[in-house]
Amino acid sequence: MSRASKYLKIFAYTYLIFLYAPALLLPIFSFNSSQIISFPLTGFTTYWFERLLYQETLHEAFKNSMIVAISSSILATTLGVLASRSSTRYNFTGKQISLTFILAPLVLPEIIVGVSLLTVLIQLGLSLNLWSVVLGHTLLIMPFSILIMNSAFNNLDISLEEASMDLGENQIGTFFRIILPLVFPGIMASLLIGFTLSLDEFIIAFFLTGTETTLPVYIWSLFRFPKELPTTMALGTLLLIVSLILLSLSEYFRRRSALSKDSILN
Amino acid sequence: MVNQVQVKNVYRNFGAVKAVDGVSIEIKKGEFFSLLGPSGCGKTTLLRLIAGFETPNFGEILIDSKSMKDVEPNLRPTNMVFQNYAIFPHLNVEENVAYGLRKKKLSKDEKLEMINKSLNLVGLSGLNNRSSNALSGGQKQRVALARALILKPKVLLLDEPLSALDKKLREQMQSELRHLQRAVGITFILVTHDQEEALTMSDKVAVMFDGKVEQIASPRELYEKPISQRVASFIGAMNFINGKVIKDDKKIIFETKIFGKLSLSKKQISGKNQNGKLTLGIRPELVSIRSLKATSKELMMGTIKDISYFGETTYYKISCDKSNELLTVSSQNSFGQISFKVGEQVKFKIDIESVVGFFD
Repeated sequence: MSRASKYLKIFAYTYLIFLYAPALLLPIFSFNSSQIISFPLTGFTTYWFERLLYQETLHEAFKNSMIVAISSSILATTLGVLASRSSTRYNFTGKQISLTFILAPLVLPEIIVGVSLLTVLIQLGLSLNLWSVVLGHTLLIMPFSILIMNSAFNNLDISLEEASMDLGENQIGTFFRIILPLVFPGIMASLLIGFTLSLDEFIIAFFLTGTETTLPVYIWSLFRFPKELPTTMALGTLLLIVSLILLSLSEYFRRRSALSKDSILN
Repeated sequence: MVNQVQVKNVYRNFGAVKAVDGVSIEIKKGEFFSLLGPSGCGKTTLLRLIAGFETPNFGEILIDSKSMKDVEPNLRPTNMVFQNYAIFPHLNVEENVAYGLRKKKLSKDEKLEMINKSLNLVGLSGLNNRSSNALSGGQKQRVALARALILKPKVLLLDEPLSALDKKLREQMQSELRHLQRAVGITFILVTHDQEEALTMSDKVAVMFDGKVEQIASPRELYEKPISQRVASFIGAMNFINGKVIKDDKKIIFETKIFGKLSLSKKQISGKNQNGKLTLGIRPELVSIRSLKATSKELMMGTIKDISYFGETTYYKISCDKSNELLTVSSQNSFGQISFKVGEQVKFKIDIESVVGFFD
């Protein structure tokens, strides 16, 4: 038992190092004064971060990413709320099948999703712009949104809705006065996860973006210029920090929505 | 008095399960009415049918002679206290109590006065701003009551409201609920599986088994004159003794192993004579034990086999000399009373006027 747990511990630490050590290189090299990404480090500088302030294409890409991330997370969360409300409260034919299809992007390779979306959009004669990326990202975020909202709705005691109806409130009033406030932490968690996923997403954005690139696509294009590499590292560092903050926030909200049931039962 | 709630031949199935299977009940205005039965007997479904959370497959429910068909729960003159109280966790006490007032056109002061009045009614004055997560079980119960009563419903529905409370608090709430009902004069319909609760609180009790109502009667009648062995054994304890009918006339004469020949009046007997078999039902307190010295014709001989002491009452199991059947006997413990020992020979008699009989 103790020996097994010792090996498990070693395994867990190795796993964490392999997973996160490369990410730690980002901040290290983004503060390194040399243009070449290699050890030993040459000196400390904030020059690469300063450079970010003067890159207009970067600012454009940042703005695009914001539009896409905000729109797709709101769209996916709205659809997710509706879908998981109907799947947790009602029974209808085809419920299981449609849920499976909605959750499919979780396991489908993104490149397949990207290529097929591209084919469909072109066949339909639609032009590629930010909104095609929004659609693609919504598709991608939906599964996460539904899984988060499902747990929020499952934690919602149905007798609270009945009590609201019993006290004279109609369906719509009950939705806004009882259901929405109680699943609100779940909604926040879904919005934040969706935003983070969209902000970091590359493959679908790469296929579906027209002339307006998003941040990850812009970063990818920078790799063609070796002297821009440290700037890219600086940008990556900032993105890493933002993602970590957003994920922690979303986890905080998700746990709050999971806890709410216990407080009802007490 | 007028019938306020009429349940007319109502059926409700869930798939193959007949939860409510042809129930008719009339409940008078201002009555404290209980639906009593074991779990799964359909009592909660019946309550939810009255509240409007379920729709009957067949039959009709009327409140104040108005059909409730197609009337949504939010438009019915009923309010409910849920089994788990269903207190809104994101609202404080005052907001919970005021929840149903939003659509009523009242000024802020009027609302506050109503809230304070109903909090006062349930004994929660001054807790207006308490968070609902900081309430004890008993307090949640009171908030649920205040929240329902503030809307002045014609009928208040209570779904096992006391089952989550500990024994002492439950007994206290039983008497408080009873007083509250008298004070507000609203018709109460209580669902419970606790026979003691039903007997102590209600004006009238409907006993349900398997989706059907077996007997509707006052608590006293239910206890003293249950119409079936099922009802009798669900409410309190009863000795059942098999007998054979000898003469079925104005009076029914029958024979049992223990007591020999007995005669009962027809009023004491439920059911129809089908095969000449009759079951005698004797509540434990209808048997009295005497010492061997006692002399009287009706006394029979027996032996004490077991004694259980319950404070104010003692339960004895007596075996009779004429048969090996055991009789359960209860005796109030009072000053100067003789106490018996296990194995002691005693004499005993039954109060034949008060026993009941069932034809199977």
